[in-house]
Amino acid sequence: MTPEELHELAQAHLEADKKLSHCLFVCGAAACLAARSDAVIEAFQAAVKARGLEESVAVKNAGCMGLCALGPLVRVEPAGVLYQQVTPEDAGAILDGLGGPPVERLVCPTDVPFYQRQFNIVLENSGHIDSESLDDYVARGGYAALAKALTAMTPGQVVDEVTTSGLRGRGGGGYRTGLKWSTVAKAPGQKKYVICNADEGDPGAFMDRSVLESDPHRVLEGMAIAAYAVGANEGYIYVRAEYPLAIKRLADAIRKAQRAGVLGNAIMGTTFSFQVDLRLGAGAFVCGEETALISSIEGKRGTPRPRPPYPAEFGLWGRPTLINNVETFANVPAIVRNGGHWFASIGTEKSAGTKVFALAGRVVNTGLIEVPMGITLREIIYDIGGGIPEGRKFKAVQTGGPSGGCIPQQYLDMPVDYESLAQVGSIMGSGGMIVMDETSCMVDVARFFMDFCRTESCGRCVPCRVGTTHMHTLLTRITDGSATLDDLALLEELCEMVKQTSLCGLGQTAPNPVISTLRYFRDEYLAHIVEKRCPAGVCRMTRAPKEVAV
Amino acid sequence: MSDTPRMPARIRMGTIWLEGCSGCHMSFLDMDERLIDLADKIEIVFSPYVDAKAIPDNVDVFLVEGGIGSDHDMEVIREIRRKTRVLVAFGDCAVTANVPSMRNGLDVGAVLRYGYEETGQPIQPQIPTQGIPALLPQVLPVHEVVPVDVYMPGCPPSADLIHFVVGEVLEGRLPGRGVRARFG
Amino acid sequence: MTPVPIPAGRVKTLKIDGRDVSGYENQTILEIARENNIHIPTLCNLEGLDDIGACRLCLVEIKGLARLLPACVTRVQEGMEVLTDTERLRRHRRMVIELLLSERNHVCAVCVSNGHCELQSLAQTLGVNHVHVPYRYPRMAVDATHGRFGVDHNRCILCTRCVRVCDQIEGAHTWDVAGRGVEAMIISDLKQDWGASATCTSCGKCVQVCPTGALFVKGKAVGEMTKQREFLPYLTLMREGEK
Repeated sequence: MTPEELHELAQAHLEADKKLSHCLFVCGAAACLAARSDAVIEAFQAAVKARGLEESVAVKNAGCMGLCALGPLVRVEPAGVLYQQVTPEDAGAILDGLGGPPVERLVCPTDVPFYQRQFNIVLENSGHIDSESLDDYVARGGYAALAKALTAMTPGQVVDEVTTSGLRGRGGGGYRTGLKWSTVAKAPGQKKYVICNADEGDPGAFMDRSVLESDPHRVLEGMAIAAYAVGANEGYIYVRAEYPLAIKRLADAIRKAQRAGVLGNAIMGTTFSFQVDLRLGAGAFVCGEETALISSIEGKRGTPRPRPPYPAEFGLWGRPTLINNVETFANVPAIVRNGGHWFASIGTEKSAGTKVFALAGRVVNTGLIEVPMGITLREIIYDIGGGIPEGRKFKAVQTGGPSGGCIPQQYLDMPVDYESLAQVGSIMGSGGMIVMDETSCMVDVARFFMDFCRTESCGRCVPCRVGTTHMHTLLTRITDGSATLDDLALLEELCEMVKQTSLCGLGQTAPNPVISTLRYFRDEYLAHIVEKRCPAGVCRMTRAPKEVAV
Repeated sequence: MSDTPRMPARIRMGTIWLEGCSGCHMSFLDMDERLIDLADKIEIVFSPYVDAKAIPDNVDVFLVEGGIGSDHDMEVIREIRRKTRVLVAFGDCAVTANVPSMRNGLDVGAVLRYGYEETGQPIQPQIPTQGIPALLPQVLPVHEVVPVDVYMPGCPPSADLIHFVVGEVLEGRLPGRGVRARFG
Repeated sequence: MTPVPIPAGRVKTLKIDGRDVSGYENQTILEIARENNIHIPTLCNLEGLDDIGACRLCLVEIKGLARLLPACVTRVQEGMEVLTDTERLRRHRRMVIELLLSERNHVCAVCVSNGHCELQSLAQTLGVNHVHVPYRYPRMAVDATHGRFGVDHNRCILCTRCVRVCDQIEGAHTWDVAGRGVEAMIISDLKQDWGASATCTSCGKCVQVCPTGALFVKGKAVGEMTKQREFLPYLTLMREGEK
C-alpha cells in the first residue's frame, strides 16, 4: 500500500462509517473482559441482528476506556454516551433507546474530572477504534506518520524530531529517547535491531498491556518509524506470556499490517523493509531489564550483564540495538505526525508529553489514566481518582513499582515529573500508582515489595540475591514483633550496600521502598520494634517477646 | 589505646563450653609454657579447668566456646553476659555455630528420633525429656543471642591466636577486626 | 557474553590508587591492576574464562563517577583515576563475603577444601571474623551420583565458574543455573543427576575451577581437596596460537 492508497483507505472507511447511524464500542480489554464483556459484545451483535439493524449500527470490540473498576464499559457514538457495568441483558434496552435519551441507570458520566482532566496521546485511540481493525486505525490517522517519515523525512530528520520532542523513556529510566536513537543510528554496523519491551511486570501496573490490547498498530507504527530512523530492518516485541490477549492482538495486527504493506518488505512501496516478530517472556520480572531481555531473546537464561557496553552499541546478538518501552513507541507516531515542538509544548520543560498511569489501591476511581506531565499528585488522586473511599485518610502513594518509593501527604502538591519524583525518593517508573490510606502499614508495604524483589532476583549477583533475602527476613522480624534496633541498623546497612553494589537496576533499586518508608514513616518502624505495636493494626506481632531480651 | 577500662593486675577470667567439642579448650592448653606466664596475670574464676559450679559475678573476660543449642545454653549465656565485661566468642562454634549448625536445616524432633530411636540397636528406644536441657530449633552463634566483644574464629583457634587475643585483652585492648584468622 | 572486540591498539594512561599506570584500551582495570601488583579481590573472575561481573568483590571507585564499577569488565580510559581500596569498598566487600557465608551452609571445619578455599581465604584477608547478617541454614542436597566427582550445594556460591568452563573450554555445557534468587541452583543437564548426564565428559575442569569445596573429587577427606587451575591459561594460550 502506497501512502496515497493509505489515504484513500482512510477516506473510504470514514465514508462507510458515515452511513452508520450509531456505533457501539464495547471494551474488550482484559479488565472488562474479566467482567464478561465478551458476552456483552455477543448480546449486542445478536440484538442488532434480531432488530435487522446491521446496516445502520456497528458493534465494535474496542479498547480500554479507563474506568476499569466500572466495566464492562460501552461507548455509544456519535452521541458520546458512556455506559458502565453493562450486562448482556442490557443490550436490548440500549439498542432500543438509540436516538432517544440514554438509558439513565447505566450512564457513566464523562463530564467528571476523571475524563476532563486527562490528556490523551498514547491512549487517543483506546476505546475509539475496533482494536482488531487495521482500517479503524488507519481511519484515525494511523500509519500516516510512518508514511510521512518514509516519504518526506530522512532518518536523521526523524531522530531530530524525536530529540526536539524531549520524549524520555517511559519504561522507568527516563533516558532521553532522541539521544538513544541517535546513538543506535550512529553505531557502526549493517545489522541493527529494534526491540519493544513489553515485559510489564510491576505489581499493579497494566499500562502497556492496555495499549497493546487497545491499539496494537500504534506500537507497530512507532517501532517501524524507529527502525527507519536508526537503520534497522528487524524488530522484536518481547511480551510477557501472561498477556494472552495482548499477544493475540499483536500477532493479528502484525499479520494485517504485513498484508496491507505497512510492515514487512518494501513498506508503502519504498525500499524500506521492517520485519517484526513476537517473543514471549516466561514470567521473569528481571527480563524487563534490557540486557536480560536481550539474553532471553537469544534463547539464554534471562540474566542481566554489566553495562557498558550498552545495547545501543552491543545488543541483540552483539549488534547495535534500540530498546524502548511500549508507551515510548506509542508516543512516536503522534510526535512524527504533529512535530516535536507540539509534543514538547505538553507537560513540563524537562518532562515533555503525557504519562499513562495505572491508578490502583485505596482510591475511588481505579483504572487507567493519561495525564500531562507536571500535574500534581493531588489532582491525580483527588480529582481524577475521586479521593480516598469510605472517608478514610490518605497516607502515601507508591509510584514506580518495586523500584519506587512511597510519597507521603506533604508532597501531594508536587508536580509529577522525573526530577521531582526522584527528589522525594521515588521514581516515575513505568506508571504504577498505588494509593494507600491509614489502614496500610508502611513496614508491611515495604515487606511486600521486598518479597517481590527477593523472589524476582535472577540470582546472578551476590548483593541482590542474598541481600534482598536478608532484608526480607529483617522486615519480617519487624512485622512479627521479634526485631531489635540492631536489626533496623542492619536493615539500613543492607539498603545502602545492595543499592550501591548490585549489578542491575533491579538490585540497585530494590531497597527503595524500604529507604523511602524509613525516610517518611520511621515512627512506624520504631513503633513495631520498640513498642511492639503496629499503628495501622495490620501486623499481628505474633513473635513479640513476652519480656525484653538482654 | 581503646576506651576499654584498664584491667586490674590479675584479671578474672572465665571459660565455658556450650554446644562445642572442647577442642578450643584443648587449644588453650596448647599455649604450653606460655600458660605459666599467664597464670601470674589471670585468675580463672569459672572453667571446665577449675571446680566452680556457678557463674561468679564481676568477671573481666569470658571465653565462650560453642554455639547456643539448648534452653540451658540460652540461660547461661545471658547470665554470663550480665556478669562479664569482655565476652569473647571462642572458636568457630561460638562465632558461626559451625558443626552443630549442621542440624539447623532439619527438624529437631527428627534429629532426636534419629539419634535416640533409629540409629544403632537401642534397648529401650526413647527420647529423654527429664533432667536434660531441651534443644532449641536451631543452634545459634553467640552474637545472635547476646552482644559479643571479640570474635576468635578457628576450629580450633590456634594457641598463638588465643595467646594474642588474651594478651590484647590483658592490655585493655579489644582487637576487633585485628583478629585476622580464618574459619575452620 | 563476549565483550566488545576492540583491537588491542592505543595505549591509555591512568591512575590506580594514586600510581601512574598504563594499558591497552581493550584491557580491563583488573588486568592493569594485576600487571602492577595492585591487589583487587575477586571471586567469580578466573583467568581464561569470560567475566560476568557477578560477585561484586572487584568493585572500584572511579573519580567523578557516583556509581561503583566492577574492575573485571570495565575497560581502562585515558585519565581515569581508580581507587581500589577505600573504606567504603572494604565495607562492601566484607558484606559480600558475609552474604555468601550466610546464604548456604559453609562449615569450613568439615570441608574438603578447608585451607584451600577462596571464600575462606577472602574472609580472612578482608577481615571478616564473624557474620552479622542472619544465617539462612537452608537444607541443600549433595549429588554424589557421578563416579569420580561430587557436588555439595551447601558450599556452592553460584560464581558459575563451572558453568563457564564447561561451556567455554570443554564445550559440553553440562552445567547451567536453574531457579531464581536464593533458590538458584547449579544443575547438570536438565536438572538430572550428574551421574546420569549424557553430556558430561568427566573431564573434571569444573571441579578444578570451583573456588570452594562445592565441587570435589570423591575420596578426599577434610582439607585434602587442592585444585589445579594452571591448565586454563595454557589452554587459552594454545588456542590463540591455533588461530
